[in-house]
Amino acid sequence: MSSRASHQIKSNPDNTLDLTHIRPYGDTMNDGKVQLSFTLPIPDNEVAVEAARQLALKMGLAEPLVSHHAPLDKGFTFFVVYGSLTHHVDYTQIHADSVDINIMTIEETDLFIQQHFGRKIRVIGASTGTDAHTVGIDAILNMKGYAGHYGLERYKMLETLNLGSQVSNEDFIRKAVEFDADVLLVSQTVTQKNIHIQNLTELVELLEAERLRSRFLLIIGGPRINHELAKEIGCDAGFGPGKYADDVASFICEELAARKQQN
Amino acid sequence: MAKLKLDWEKVSQARDAARQIAEDTNAYTQQFTTTTVERSICRLLGIDGVDAMGVPLPNVVVEHLLSRHVLGHGIVYWLGQAAISLNKEPQELAEAVSKGELDLTQTAPVDPFEIQLWAEKKAEEAVAKIHHNRIIREERLQIYGDHSGPLLYVIVATGNIYEDIVQAKAAARQGADVIAVIRTTGQSLLDYVPYGATTEGFGGTMATQENFRLMRAALDEAGEELGRYIRLCNYCSGLCMPEIAVMGALERLDVMLNDALYGILFRDINMQRTLIDQSFSRLVNAAAGIIINTGEDNYLTTSDAYEEAHTVLASQFINEQFALQAGLPEEQMGLGHAFEMNPELKNAFLYEYAQAQMARQIFPNAPLKYMPPTKFKTGDIFKGYVQDALFNMVTVISHQRIHLLGMLTEAIHTPFMSDRALAIANARYIATSMADFGDDIEFRQGGIMEQRANTVLDLALDLLQNIRKDGLFRTLEEGRFAGIKRPFEGGKGLSGVVSKEDHYLNPFVSLLWEQSKAGSERYQQNKARLEQGEIYE
Repeated sequence: MSSRASHQIKSNPDNTLDLTHIRPYGDTMNDGKVQLSFTLPIPDNEVAVEAARQLALKMGLAEPLVSHHAPLDKGFTFFVVYGSLTHHVDYTQIHADSVDINIMTIEETDLFIQQHFGRKIRVIGASTGTDAHTVGIDAILNMKGYAGHYGLERYKMLETLNLGSQVSNEDFIRKAVEFDADVLLVSQTVTQKNIHIQNLTELVELLEAERLRSRFLLIIGGPRINHELAKEIGCDAGFGPGKYADDVASFICEELAARKQQN
Repeated sequence: MAKLKLDWEKVSQARDAARQIAEDTNAYTQQFTTTTVERSICRLLGIDGVDAMGVPLPNVVVEHLLSRHVLGHGIVYWLGQAAISLNKEPQELAEAVSKGELDLTQTAPVDPFEIQLWAEKKAEEAVAKIHHNRIIREERLQIYGDHSGPLLYVIVATGNIYEDIVQAKAAARQGADVIAVIRTTGQSLLDYVPYGATTEGFGGTMATQENFRLMRAALDEAGEELGRYIRLCNYCSGLCMPEIAVMGALERLDVMLNDALYGILFRDINMQRTLIDQSFSRLVNAAAGIIINTGEDNYLTTSDAYEEAHTVLASQFINEQFALQAGLPEEQMGLGHAFEMNPELKNAFLYEYAQAQMARQIFPNAPLKYMPPTKFKTGDIFKGYVQDALFNMVTVISHQRIHLLGMLTEAIHTPFMSDRALAIANARYIATSMADFGDDIEFRQGGIMEQRANTVLDLALDLLQNIRKDGLFRTLEEGRFAGIKRPFEGGKGLSGVVSKEDHYLNPFVSLLWEQSKAGSERYQQNKARLEQGEIYE
């Protein structure tokens, strides 16, 4: 049975990888299999299951299977649905803006700074606005770091200052000037109703109004931050989930060195 | 229940050190009152509402006296004098002050003894309301019965109280026992309590008295339908700690976050201010029969949970003594801790279990609050669900009481309705499947867990003895908790600290103490009756 199946796959041109037509992978090339879950604000019954199935069809899922449905409350039903996505994308034509750098170790970073600048680089960080979460800024700055990536405090050639959370943009800028910072790090954890974008935009505007924007390297981070968004808002770089202190340190080195060369 | 062999001599030394720390701190803070303590007394006296500019009337009255440098006599003194000489109620006086029609320091002097009598009568009326609420809770818990084992605690955080109600009722129907309405980001730093029902918030919903009332009514409705008492939780922390405690007491909240150390370390609130506030807020909570939740778990979100476990235990000892000295009995102390060790750490489960088990044994009567993993949630919901399952196991087998449910979508968004349902399903499965596991095993003597618990105890004792030597204030200044340094005169809210005058008047203190004591006696009698009932069954 299995040998016949594999024979079939080989003989079927649809089962070969085609980077111009990328589709999700379940257990066979191009099967398009996806899983999703969602809640509908309707009672749990046969009509609800059919509603979920029709929604899945509209999402472009062929042969949708409602594998699980259960009531969450009188008028709410939870669904788990599987199906085959009929859409594809052309992988060869995709351009994603990401911070493209060579990640250095702590020792390499310290040496790089020593050689290129001959002084410590000053980094100030905060979770700004009303955001009370320090988890993001701590992960990057604290000695301990996160997930085995030590924080910037551990770098000999970085002078760091962590202002913690709930720092207003005005205070942040004032402290940055006092500290004579080279780099500003801003973490945004709460993103409800896009408050992070509002807050970061305000920071950039304030910096521009005070003619300080070009004085600092401005780097932002958080669960819903990426490089593209950072550029759009007017920051120099953005780091999202899965990025650590060494990513940030390496970017700081490359970017500051490039700027130095330009001047 | 299986027991770890702990060094009880050290436990008692740790307790003694914590008692001394709390006594020394209180000896200092008792000399002061604060703007929010006085505002909470305004609220107890029935002052509510806002002025034409939207400023709450308790703030208007307290600012009025603060600007005249006479707040140290206590708000009761001035309101009493004016009430007697003008024959008006506190609310009428507050309205007159807000319109600029009345200067409380310019009313005709009254015999201080008369003021005292007026104050006692007013205080008795207010405390009677709190007592009434407490009795309603006790009666409902008797009618419906209260289940043993962990209370399933979930949060709602939509920012809109009416949307919160939809989510909260759904959660109650799915099996939640405690609904916490998360406060909007930044409310802890407001030096006033917003007014009325609110529909806008970030990461949570404003704590207002009207929002409390709306949610209480909704949960009572859901509870009646389900034949269970659904507990309501909110936060009396930050710059308005005692005021929100009063609002909670008046609107029959059941659980409230309350921890000065948390505010000092994580919100940069001035240490003097918040320790003064904490003392009165705990007394209000005590009288209202509200369980407090302390914030030790938060240390572990910034510090390493394995290396800094002893700071959690030390803080639990200190919180226990602060609570006792404020009049709050053990059965209302929801001391906090959390399951926050790195999942990559070998034997992390054993260390977590040892910590939870140790807390259970050291604080046997406290309804411990156990927090789920958050720090090492990555957005991988599948792994997150397993992390929560391990956490749920420790909760069930070590008999934690207030069981905050982890969400598989932690680090992604505030919980969807389905996230909450999945969390409850996870917890219930484990509670059923492992119901008597903790009672059916024994710990290996001298094993990994027993050694770990005793090491943490040793370190906590060392820390407590050092704090006793240097005092709590200096310890905080030097950053020995969570690695965060806070200056004695730094942080927010110091300007609201006022020295008490010789004849400072607060008639609530003694009445609330009596309430708390009587309530605790009822609790003990009821507990004894239940236990006897079980024997005769």
